[in-house]
Amino acid sequence: MLLSLEGATVRFGGRAVLDAVDLAVAEHEIVCVLGPSGSGKSTLLRAVAGLQPLDSGRVSLDGRDQAGVPAHRRGVGLMFQDHQLFPQRDVGGNVAFGLRMHGASRRQQAERVRELLELVGLPGAGNRAVAALSGGEQQRVALARALAPSPRLLMLDEPLGQLDRSLRERLVVELKELFGRLGTTVLAVTHDQGEAFALADRVVVMRDGRIAQSGTPLEVWQRPADAFVARFLGFENVVEATVGAEAADTPWGKVPVPEDAPQGTRTLLVRPAGVRLVPAGTGLRCTVAARTFRGTHVAVHLQPADAPRLEAACALRSAPETGDEVGVEFDATEIVVLD
Amino acid sequence: MSGRTRGAAARLGLLAVPVAFFAVFFAYPVAAIVSRGLKADGAWHLGRIGEVLAQSDVRHVLWFNTWQALVSTALTLLIALPGAYVFARLSFPGKQVLRAVVTVPFVLPTVVVGTAFLALVGRGGLLDELWGVRLDTTVWAILLAHVFFNYAVVVRTVGGMWAQLDPRQEEAARMLGASRAQAWRQVTLPALAPAVAAAALMVFLFTFTSFGVVQILGGPTFSTLEVEIYRQTSEIFDLSTAAVLTLIQFAAVGAILALHAWTVRRRETALRLVDPSVTARRPRGAGQWALLGGVLVTAALLLLLPLTVLVQRSLDAPGLGYYRALTREDGGVFLVPPIEAIGNSLSYAVAATLVAVVVGGLAAVALTRRDAGRFVRGFDALLMLPLGVSAVTVGFGFLIALDEPPLDLRSTWILVPLAQALVGVPFVVRTMLPVLRAVDTRLREAAAVLGASPWRVWREVDLPLVRRALLIAAGFAFAVSLGEFGATVFIARPDNPTLPVAVARLLGRPGELNYGQAMALSTILMVVCAVALLVLERLRTDRTGEF
Repeated sequence: MLLSLEGATVRFGGRAVLDAVDLAVAEHEIVCVLGPSGSGKSTLLRAVAGLQPLDSGRVSLDGRDQAGVPAHRRGVGLMFQDHQLFPQRDVGGNVAFGLRMHGASRRQQAERVRELLELVGLPGAGNRAVAALSGGEQQRVALARALAPSPRLLMLDEPLGQLDRSLRERLVVELKELFGRLGTTVLAVTHDQGEAFALADRVVVMRDGRIAQSGTPLEVWQRPADAFVARFLGFENVVEATVGAEAADTPWGKVPVPEDAPQGTRTLLVRPAGVRLVPAGTGLRCTVAARTFRGTHVAVHLQPADAPRLEAACALRSAPETGDEVGVEFDATEIVVLD
Repeated sequence: MSGRTRGAAARLGLLAVPVAFFAVFFAYPVAAIVSRGLKADGAWHLGRIGEVLAQSDVRHVLWFNTWQALVSTALTLLIALPGAYVFARLSFPGKQVLRAVVTVPFVLPTVVVGTAFLALVGRGGLLDELWGVRLDTTVWAILLAHVFFNYAVVVRTVGGMWAQLDPRQEEAARMLGASRAQAWRQVTLPALAPAVAAAALMVFLFTFTSFGVVQILGGPTFSTLEVEIYRQTSEIFDLSTAAVLTLIQFAAVGAILALHAWTVRRRETALRLVDPSVTARRPRGAGQWALLGGVLVTAALLLLLPLTVLVQRSLDAPGLGYYRALTREDGGVFLVPPIEAIGNSLSYAVAATLVAVVVGGLAAVALTRRDAGRFVRGFDALLMLPLGVSAVTVGFGFLIALDEPPLDLRSTWILVPLAQALVGVPFVVRTMLPVLRAVDTRLREAAAVLGASPWRVWREVDLPLVRRALLIAAGFAFAVSLGEFGATVFIARPDNPTLPVAVARLLGRPGELNYGQAMALSTILMVVCAVALLVLERLRTDRTGEF
């Protein structure tokens, strides 16, 4: 393993911000740590970088314990959330910084700067002032600067956090291609699931300093580990249920479950696509409380008489109006028993 | 060794030099004063404090010292607050130059200010010639000189904050239904109050420990603690009374500084600050034009007139006679031509600046660390002490502590620069610290992750950003050393006077020629200081430092 954390713990004033985290990243792997703000993602990166000392546990790179190795000798790259470009140097000076620190000759520096600026799509920008760059350009320069000394592990802290949506979506694709081509090992953190799923080979969901789930984007999306992960991924229809052989008892009544589902008191997830609208009078009786346009479909928020709200995904044309009375039936293939 | 202990060790290493410097050249002399004053035959006599306080002339000095400081502070605020507003919120042609000009008095040596006011309101002064008015026998000369001195402190401290307050805060209050006056009272005033309090305390501190001005303008009638300490040591030779007075002053200054530190901490509470260049507007309406005019006239009368008169008086003799007299050896009080004081002053000031920048710079770097603990913050406050603890204390302390083994520096030239550096260090720290603290820690981390060792991080990230502040700090230390009077007058050797000491000696002797030479030498000193400051002003940005 290129990077491994064993029981890594960091406490701020008694509160564990990283709580006995175990994590391994293989060479050429792209791992995205996903979690809400305050879940310890950035601290995780800082601990690996050597900017944040561990209270217990260990960080190893290439199998070597990094305790006592200061940040500048770890050979990892970190791209900061707000880039932190050096204001008093131009673009070329920023990109060349790491090379200079590693004692590269002037010619090597110039060559590598040219190569990297080309790579990130800013050819010939070496003499520009960093203050004159747009947000997207700054982000590219920060990336070139982090890549320049060829770190064995590149870490990205909310790499696209401050950019607008369309730029973000384009850059995610560019980054993924670039990292694939260079074979870079990447550990990124983000709170944006779209970004994580688009970039990562493997997604790690964090909660309160602990790892809640780890898996491929598809695994995590299809089988969230628990109610927290499901809610964090944006699923609203999550309830406690008593699961039997074919159906579960829920506040919404009897709901069919897949055949191999574990039984007992469980948490149940109903994907919006599994909430089927039928004419009023059949199934669970609900009132349409609100509808939100989502581009490809309409999210309909349904209020049953005395049960939690349900979210359903409807085709654009067949979506009911706010205030309509409808019936609801459930589709077993879109239902997941968690835990 | 973990990262945390390594950081702590590095910090202690950086602090070692300033700590040692202050221990030897500040704490040790002060301790010597305490034992000199309160110890006799190996036993402590705390009753000595009561005895000294019971003397009616000491009580008189204490009373005058306090009320003149209070009145000076109130007067300064009254006159300078409109100036703070005008410089912060109005834009007008020549503002940059004018701002530099009003700052000049602050770095002028007290001796120059005293001489300038003597030339204006003293015997044979401008007012005396014109209307027969003399103020040098009244307290007004002292009060006016104090306002002259501290005008810049208020304009800088309050105006600097005022210029950075976001005007949209007031606009937000207006949108919520507040009148213009209400918005000012509810939003601007509370944000400004800590800065006003801090400035007032600084002015109070400076006037409370005033020496040169009172020494020259006070005559036999008016005496501050500083002057009294000097008198007791050098004229009456009552070292024990002087030591007790020093302790009283020490306690008072400690209290004022503690209060100041508290208001500064409150000032730092999350205010939304903006770039000062966007908050200033051209004056609108008769009120604002009148205010601008009033401030300009006040500045001209109060700040420029005394200095102009000083220069004019120094040129009074035909063919630059007073200046030429400076080059002659007179064999009287001076063993050397007075002009040699220029060379002495400059070389002492260069040495003092070097010491102050090294000591203050190391302290500032160590104090920058955000994880600085209670101990380090305590040291921060301690560094301010020499600023208020009065130059006379420092000089007196050097005199009685560093004249015997193990540290006998009496006969070395370094004694004067060391005392001057002690007074200069707080300025260096105060100038560097805000700039160093403003450097984003993550910028340093970015450099570290790219492979820069801690030393290279400092060289590559911090140094380029603080180079300007470092120059400004050095300039301040230079100006302070050049004008330093209270400490130097104790320890400068008779054959090596500095400019301020030479001026004071000339003033102390009767005769037209001596008076004229004092004016000429003061003018030279003023020009050197003003040039140093104007060079600084070109380097300064509004966010550098507190002075």
